[in-house]
Amino acid sequence: MTSIPLASTTPITASARDLFALTKPRVMSLVVFTGLCGLLAAPGTVNPVLGFTAVLCIALGAGAAGALNQWYEADLDAKMKRTAQRPLPAGRMERDTALHFGVGLAVFSVLLLGLATNYLAATILAVSILFYVFVYTVWLKRRTPQNIVIGGAAGAFPPLIGWAAATGDVSTLPILLFGIIFLWTPPHFWALSLFVKTDYANAGVPMLPVVAGVTTTRRHIALYTLPMVAAAVAPWAMGLTGWIYGGAAIALNAVFLVLAFAVLLNRATDPSAMKPEKRLFAYSILYLFALFGALVADRWLIA
Amino acid sequence: MTPDDQDLVQARQRHRAKVTAILLLAFVVLMFAITIAKMAVGK
Repeated sequence: MTSIPLASTTPITASARDLFALTKPRVMSLVVFTGLCGLLAAPGTVNPVLGFTAVLCIALGAGAAGALNQWYEADLDAKMKRTAQRPLPAGRMERDTALHFGVGLAVFSVLLLGLATNYLAATILAVSILFYVFVYTVWLKRRTPQNIVIGGAAGAFPPLIGWAAATGDVSTLPILLFGIIFLWTPPHFWALSLFVKTDYANAGVPMLPVVAGVTTTRRHIALYTLPMVAAAVAPWAMGLTGWIYGGAAIALNAVFLVLAFAVLLNRATDPSAMKPEKRLFAYSILYLFALFGALVADRWLIA
Repeated sequence: MTPDDQDLVQARQRHRAKVTAILLLAFVVLMFAITIAKMAVGK
């Protein structure tokens, strides 16, 4: 976007594109996909309009959480190369605009989901937004290197919301789906934080590589991959899914383990030599898409 | 505010107004569709 430098007395009028950027659209895509998969993996059929509305509300709720996160973290974002061009640190938007947009979107998404589907789904959506904003962003992120371990729960809610929207209740499978994303988050983010460690260090964010060093982080990645693998295979092992999901889960997790092991063996401290970390980070995104895609394929092709 | 600044602010306001109008229209259509869907599923 072209931006003309405005004088300090000039009121900043945020563009629609900047408001959209505030919702972290790239993060939203994974949230929407896992929410949609939770909805499609649920037993029974959902009216397409209500299903669409549920996914839309999950997306809007995630966008609201992203906007409130950026509102609170504008000072941190300004210090990191990766985030310095976001609308708030780049000075393209007033802080109040971001706050009002985030709160408005959060309230709207929860009310609309409750109206279109049921109040259980709406309650879980509200909890996920509040958890991301207050527990992760405000409480944990600047205080502990375990920030993403606990904070990861916020991103794990969408399949639970999708399932609840479709069925009106929550059973073992959606809880396992929650567990998979919850346990996937640490290796995913720690792989990223290894090669953007300097950014986090400059911003004063106590990510694990900054506080405990790269070797400990690599060990943690390998360690946290094990329960993630167990959680990912559990739906098939417990007889909750068929062979399509089971086969995909075994193959995808075998590759994840190999890549996590390659990270464990890497000794590099320079980000340019952190190919295993970059490979694991990229694969982890593909992994989640493929695993949840297999879950839906399993439900629709076998059932 | 310079004329350039004023033009930029007004262009952004016009664009946001158009986007808001489109979103409001979409919301009306969605609420209508939700109402019909809820009647169809009997809830």
